[in-house]
Amino acid sequence: MQLLNWIADIPSLVSDNYHLLLSGLWLTAKITFTAVVFGIVWGTVLALMRLSNNKILNIFAKFYVNLFRSIPLLLVLLWFYLALPQVIKHIFNLPPYADVRIVSAMIAFALFEAAYYSEIIRAGINAVAKGQYHAAYALGMTKSQAMRLIILPQAFRSMVPLLLTQGIILFQDTSLVYVMSLIDLFGASVTQIGTVQGGTVKYSMIIFAAISYFIICYTASRLVNYFKKGISR
Amino acid sequence: MSFNWTLFFESTPYGDGIYLNWLWDGIVVTVSLAVTAWIIAFILGSLVGICRTLENKFLNRFAAGYIQLFRNIPLLVQMFLWYMLFPEILSGSLKTWFISGLSPDVSAFITAAIALGLFTSARIAEQVRTGIQTLPIGQRYAAIALGLTNRQAYMYVLLPNAYRRIIPPLTSEMTNIIKNSSVASTIGLIDLIGQIDRINDATNSIVEILCGVTIAFMLINYAVLTIMRFVEKQTRLPNMNHGG
Repeated sequence: MQLLNWIADIPSLVSDNYHLLLSGLWLTAKITFTAVVFGIVWGTVLALMRLSNNKILNIFAKFYVNLFRSIPLLLVLLWFYLALPQVIKHIFNLPPYADVRIVSAMIAFALFEAAYYSEIIRAGINAVAKGQYHAAYALGMTKSQAMRLIILPQAFRSMVPLLLTQGIILFQDTSLVYVMSLIDLFGASVTQIGTVQGGTVKYSMIIFAAISYFIICYTASRLVNYFKKGISR
Repeated sequence: MSFNWTLFFESTPYGDGIYLNWLWDGIVVTVSLAVTAWIIAFILGSLVGICRTLENKFLNRFAAGYIQLFRNIPLLVQMFLWYMLFPEILSGSLKTWFISGLSPDVSAFITAAIALGLFTSARIAEQVRTGIQTLPIGQRYAAIALGLTNRQAYMYVLLPNAYRRIIPPLTSEMTNIIKNSSVASTIGLIDLIGQIDRINDATNSIVEILCGVTIAFMLINYAVLTIMRFVEKQTRLPNMNHGG
């Protein structure tokens, strides 16, 4: 069976190229991390805009979220790969040959994921009991104090599992930086090692990529489940 | 920078109409891929989701493993797995037919539909399972008390109610499958995303093209939401709260 031969080749291929694979994994981790952090920050701002009484902020946030939720991530990445680097270089006064792909990818993921995070956060804020607001106002807090000190801490505690699950989805989605010719875990295994070395190596490496993503995501989702049980107790 | 916003109404150098026709071709490919994959995903997802609610240990375990497998591997990796390995799995005349008998567009379409369908089926299975499990347990008892077999109970009582209940999450899976179908462009299918390169090679005005494709995706998305709102209204049972 060919399949078993391909799988049997994986260990030696991995040990020969582990530097390349680790640097790919590192890029994947960097993009995931920045996108989760900035996505949650910007997502919180968007959620607060959606919930505010200011009409303009409200409409802006609604439009933003609907826009990013109705187009594919791949299209956002292409915007940031094909059209916006010129703009970024212009703003930061960089020379035309500067490579801004990694930064572009991070911005693209953060802006895109913020739309999804904001929906999770908005639902989390809405789920906090109304009595909490009344109690905070009764104590003489202003609206922003109530939000900052009473509502958001409770909302975030209940949202952590959902935010983490979204983080796992984001981790999987980072493989799409392939279209920006960046070398992440997928790019390192499939294009850098698989296609360059040719032959049956490409079969071994795509199987390796699938196995590594599976192990990472499966372990992470197990941890999130474990964590969720800890919270609800 | 100067933009050419009438780009889509200019005629192509190949004499096959205007660039809007190319964009339309992309829309047709994207939508038909999404529909084909949806059919695969809906059938498999329903079966796996039902297995997940059965008492049979083996089927239940199998379904749980299936869901974990397809949910924890990125779609791009699954797409490439099928693209590279599917022709190798086939044997004999089927293999020669798939590799040399079909045009590359058709074989890419088949591969993409399988990959996208299986990927989405795991998500639909989870929705179907939730739909069945959140039904009041009395419905199952009532069906059994009426003398229905397990199979009949699913066919006539549990599934019709469960599907009505999960129309909203299924709608969002439908919009997801359209967005996810864009990944098929990485294995060479000329869908909406694939048309970006094609039009850009001929016109070299990327910003206008990206705007056009973005609007096209928003319109498709809006159409799906409108159709599903109609479906939800039509299938709603009388005397039932929140549609199920």
